[in-house]
Amino acid sequence: MADQSKTPIIQMKNIEKHFGAVIALAGVSLDVFPGECHCLLGDNGAGKSTFIKTMSGVHKPTKGEIIFEGRPMDFETPRDAMDAGIATVHQHLAMIPLMSVARNFFMGNEPVKKIAGINFLDQTKADQVTMDEMRKMGINLRGPDQAVGTLSGGERQTVAISRAVYFGAKVLILDEPTSALGVRQTSNVLATVDKVRKQGVAVVFITHNVRHAMAVGDRFTVLNRGQTLGTAVRGEISPDELQDMMAGGQEMATLEGSLGGTV
Amino acid sequence: MTDASKTDAPDTDERVKEMSSFRRSLIRPELGGMVGTIAVFVFFLLFAFDSGMFNSQGVMNWSIVSAQFMIIAVGACLLMIAGEFDLSVGSMIGFAGMMIAVFGVVLGWPMWITIIITFAICIAIGAVNGYIVVKTGLPSFIVTLAFLFILRGFTIYIPQTLENKTIIGGIRDAAEGDWLGAIFGGKIGGGLFEMLGNAGVIATFERGSRMGEPVVDGIPMMIIWAIALIVFGHVLLTKTRFGNWIFAAGGDSEAARNSGVPVNRVKILMFMFTAFCATVFATCQVMEFGSAGADRGLLKEFEAIIAVVIGGALLTGGYGSVLGAALGALIFGVVQQGLFFAGVESSLFRVFLGLILLGAVILNTYIRRMITGER
Ligand SMILES: Nc1ncnc2c1ncn2[C@@H]1O[C@H](COP(=O)(O)OP(=O)(O)OP(=O)(O)O)[C@@H](O)[C@H]1O
Ligand SMILES: [Mg+2]
Repeated sequence: MADQSKTPIIQMKNIEKHFGAVIALAGVSLDVFPGECHCLLGDNGAGKSTFIKTMSGVHKPTKGEIIFEGRPMDFETPRDAMDAGIATVHQHLAMIPLMSVARNFFMGNEPVKKIAGINFLDQTKADQVTMDEMRKMGINLRGPDQAVGTLSGGERQTVAISRAVYFGAKVLILDEPTSALGVRQTSNVLATVDKVRKQGVAVVFITHNVRHAMAVGDRFTVLNRGQTLGTAVRGEISPDELQDMMAGGQEMATLEGSLGGTV
Repeated sequence: MTDASKTDAPDTDERVKEMSSFRRSLIRPELGGMVGTIAVFVFFLLFAFDSGMFNSQGVMNWSIVSAQFMIIAVGACLLMIAGEFDLSVGSMIGFAGMMIAVFGVVLGWPMWITIIITFAICIAIGAVNGYIVVKTGLPSFIVTLAFLFILRGFTIYIPQTLENKTIIGGIRDAAEGDWLGAIFGGKIGGGLFEMLGNAGVIATFERGSRMGEPVVDGIPMMIIWAIALIVFGHVLLTKTRFGNWIFAAGGDSEAARNSGVPVNRVKILMFMFTAFCATVFATCQVMEFGSAGADRGLLKEFEAIIAVVIGGALLTGGYGSVLGAALGALIFGVVQQGLFFAGVESSLFRVFLGLILLGAVILNTYIRRMITGER
């Protein structure tokens, strides 16, 4: 459970993001505490991905303030956010199919060793770490040089998550990490989220699936059409209420009735 | 949960077919180039062995031609893997040669200053190419096509306005005794070849003013440059973190950027490196010929790209090998000169080249599917 007496590691204040005439975010505020799993829910196009992209340096917010570890931050590039300790697993995977798993795993963070004063890629270490981390996640690679293109969608997601975890993020952002996963890999991911949260990492977890959110979330923020519908604390909200909030209340209840409670 | 393990992630590798290590060692981007090289050599050993193609002079002949292709292929290869093309390579070769003639002969500057300034100008043009591509997001195909015309235009315009001609000679005299000129125009290993000549390992001239001297009197710097660039390119690509960024930038620039790879910097640097390679080619060439011509380097960009593609690189970026590109250039050089030695009608060169290109590319596509699981 998040210790609410601590100060938040990251505070997003009134973030707005406009793409030309499209207002994707109309003033969204959210804060995340160390050791907390903050779930971000909302329908398609609600602005979840856009919001976390401002957090991870992909987009610059049109308006609003980002305060990281008490200091205002102005991320120019994803590199800046990453260097500060914000790791992101993007919805549309940050994996390159033609490259090997090991090369993908260390992309942008390649280990180097000095030979005669020149920095060379430490391939042995990269291979070793990749194999170990993948085994921990329950994926058996043919070899570290296996191309990511030969992995299933879920396996790729797992590589991306374990990569972020391995590089010791202080804030870990996961954009719908479970939407493409099977049963066992989903529970693996949720267990991983729980594990890193207990290590004191702040997790931002985006999902459409209320059950997944309920399984690991400490707090839940629902986005709708670029605005927050409010933040709820675990135990103060039932899965049904959360589901309703996501779908905009009443309509969902009616829909649920007609579908016989399958949603 | 325990049952799910059967379908989701097996604890053993039962779904992964064992591949023999021999087969695995064969499955690599260079395979097409290696098969092509062997095929080409077998062909010429069978049909042109007595033509003089494989005596010391003949070997030197196709080695030099191959080295020329290799120099520009290394640049084109790294750039292609980074996801971009440079169609201005050929024009850049003509332009760089002309700059050397203008500065070194027309203006009479010392050769080393001439060469350094020429390199600086050409690399800066490469940077401009890259900057425009990266900032506008236009396909590099279009941007560098514009530079193909711009540079060729200047290469014709400048000597015509200054000297009223399109070929400027006298470069060898201007470079005489210059230390930097020697790095591009000289030969090394003269002593070794003299020894080999005296020992009868290689032939010596039997008549004329050079009687007794070996027919091959050293290794031209062109070949040294080719080898150095191949080693540099290969190590950079496969053994450094920058190499990983080159693959990443070409594989998926968005994903690479999100992972913190400085994609723009990588691409611009690769455009600059391609320009550097073109300038090395041009400098070696003008030192060898002693003159700069406005039509030098014509179609070289395509020859470089063909060599790279024969070598197993993917036209859309993110995949390829410098060693493969070097083999592609070797095939190019050996076929071009081999047909000449074999006395084959020179127009058939194109037929051969087309067939090799097609064969290598089909083989490469098949290999790549096996490696990457593309469907
Ligand atoms: N680069 C962009 N340019 C223009 N509009 C954009 C851009 N990125 C997002 N949008 C718009 O912003 C809105 C929010 O998109 P976003 O991807 O953040 O939604 P989301 O909540 O992540 O949805 P999903 O659950 O489907 O992933 C959408 O209307 C989308 O069309
Ligand atoms: Mg999204």
